[in-house]
Amino acid sequence: MSAIAQARANLTPSFLRGERNRRIAGRVAAALLIAFVAILPLFFPLTASFVNTSTIALAYIVMALGLNIVVGFAGLLDLGYVAFYAFGAYSMGWFGSAYFVKEGSEASINLFAGPEAEGQVGIHLNFLLVILAAVIICAIAGILIGLPTLRLRGDYIAIVTLAFGEIIRVVAVNGEQIKIFGYELTSGKKGITPIDIPALPGYGTLPIQDFNLRPWYWLAFAMVLLVLFVNIRLRDSRLGRAWIAMREDEVAATSMGIPAVKTKLLAYATGAAFGGMSGAFLGAYLRTVNADQFEFSFSILILAMVILGGLGSIWGVVLGAAILSYIDRQIIQETGPNLLRDLGITIDASQLGFGVFGFLLVVMMVLRPEGLLPERRRKLEFEEGVGTGSESVFEARAT
Amino acid sequence: MTKGSTALGAAAPDPAADSVPILEAANITKRFGGLVAVNDVTFAIPRRSIVSIIGPNGAGKTTFFNILSGLYRPSEGIIAFEGQNITRRRPDQITALGVARTFQNIRLFGTMTATENVMVGYHARMKAGLFRSIIRPPMTAREEWKTRARSRDMLKFVGLQERALDEVSINLSYGDQRRVEIARALVSEPTLLLLDEPTAGMNPQESERLTDFMIRLRDERALTILLIEHDMKVVLGVSERLTVLDHGEKIAEGEPDEVRANPRVIEAYLGKQG
Repeated sequence: MSAIAQARANLTPSFLRGERNRRIAGRVAAALLIAFVAILPLFFPLTASFVNTSTIALAYIVMALGLNIVVGFAGLLDLGYVAFYAFGAYSMGWFGSAYFVKEGSEASINLFAGPEAEGQVGIHLNFLLVILAAVIICAIAGILIGLPTLRLRGDYIAIVTLAFGEIIRVVAVNGEQIKIFGYELTSGKKGITPIDIPALPGYGTLPIQDFNLRPWYWLAFAMVLLVLFVNIRLRDSRLGRAWIAMREDEVAATSMGIPAVKTKLLAYATGAAFGGMSGAFLGAYLRTVNADQFEFSFSILILAMVILGGLGSIWGVVLGAAILSYIDRQIIQETGPNLLRDLGITIDASQLGFGVFGFLLVVMMVLRPEGLLPERRRKLEFEEGVGTGSESVFEARAT
Repeated sequence: MTKGSTALGAAAPDPAADSVPILEAANITKRFGGLVAVNDVTFAIPRRSIVSIIGPNGAGKTTFFNILSGLYRPSEGIIAFEGQNITRRRPDQITALGVARTFQNIRLFGTMTATENVMVGYHARMKAGLFRSIIRPPMTAREEWKTRARSRDMLKFVGLQERALDEVSINLSYGDQRRVEIARALVSEPTLLLLDEPTAGMNPQESERLTDFMIRLRDERALTILLIEHDMKVVLGVSERLTVLDHGEKIAEGEPDEVRANPRVIEAYLGKQG
């Protein structure tokens, strides 16, 4: 152990009073932050582009917190997270639009989908039911992708999940040719559109985005609160401890009674479920589900949010996701191009996105590799080189 | 639950059951490619005894340990614990049945505190799953709270100072890390405890304290202990029986005095004379 760590350990107040004070201060800060974010759109016009950007940022935060469970808590590097965005968004497309309809057919299924969908053909489920379907579909998909990676570790998991994400994208692009009971699986790059406007119990149908963005913002915000709650509860639970133990030393963890397969699959399923939830929301918010949305770069964007904020650190991931979302939507896609045009430079600024993110990540790795708001454990791992046992139980047992 | 899980401290002494070995291993062989690490070892651990496995470096002791605790599957042979065949069980299932272990090179979860490490050891006895962890009904909150209290008591039982309980485990002294590892194993309510070189790196006083502690565990908590150990003073001080491995084979077995006089054992340790 280094002398610095020793000194820091001595300086840290371990007596209960100090810790309790810190916990209360943390709760007050969290409550103030939540209140601030909740009233934020009231300071902007109903359809301000800032509110639009923020709504998407909130949806991205949900995804980043989902990925944080897989990568941050359980230490399983997932490069195919976009697949769950796709599953979620297509759930919305399939069960919340006039997509499944045959020429001349009047067949329709309508379950509490609100007055807008009344009398329309196709399958129309209530928004919350679609979200539930997306969560279940993605949890199952998460387990299916998890199964072949169980015997792998580190970089190999990354390769398999990357391939899985690409398979889903390619299937989505070519979905027009895939016919199930005579219906096309996806409509490829044409996209499924329009998606139903969500109708919430007790509120009614949300206004159209061109008219008022605030309810959409609050809907996304409610999802963020739910995911935050789940993240915090899981972190401080039996399961959260098991994930951290598995991440640090799989051999020791299984010898202490933690079932490796079940524990890992639960991480995959939970993380995927939130990807699907956010994907379904984005499908409804953007009103289209298009195979172009599910590029590999999206997985990297979400992963970069988790790494920028601090792997495993819940508030860090929220911060990282917020920062990168705004850079992506506001600076790269709006401010940047306008600025370049004013300067008379004629290049496609959206193509600079990767350069900007790459540069940011390199700067981070040099200045603050543990992330903006690092989790205590990750900090120790960086400073002391603790954990990351490299043996795999399956490897040992296979021989 | 099996009979074994309630045996800790509370088992009614049953003379018939006492005569049945707690663990039996028959004809265990483990091959890694062409290397035979353990060769046809047959072995039994009497209930409530302390049994040691000794042997020169590379004799296959730790491999044998890993087979017993489920980390390796034996190439051949059968292992029975409390009369159940556990040969193909996973390590976590074997732990749940009541076998706990420590590691030769300490394998604590470095970024966790001492208490958290021990709480992980209680995993198999807890019930909260995914949904209960999220919703946290009163029963789960109580379970969590009790696990914490229990883990802290166990740490104090193995001799950790109060102020070390919430210390991150890599910041603990070597001796304390060994204690935390033993507490992590003990908290899972085992009936059989496997200790892999627990006195490695300890000074003579510490070794002696550990020896006394093992005897206390056997007598007060009705534990059975299997020990891998190099320190002959410790081995001869606590073991009722010794098994000697060399090149993966069992070359001697019996009471300490018999084994000490066995010419094959002397040869394995000191080389052939003359």
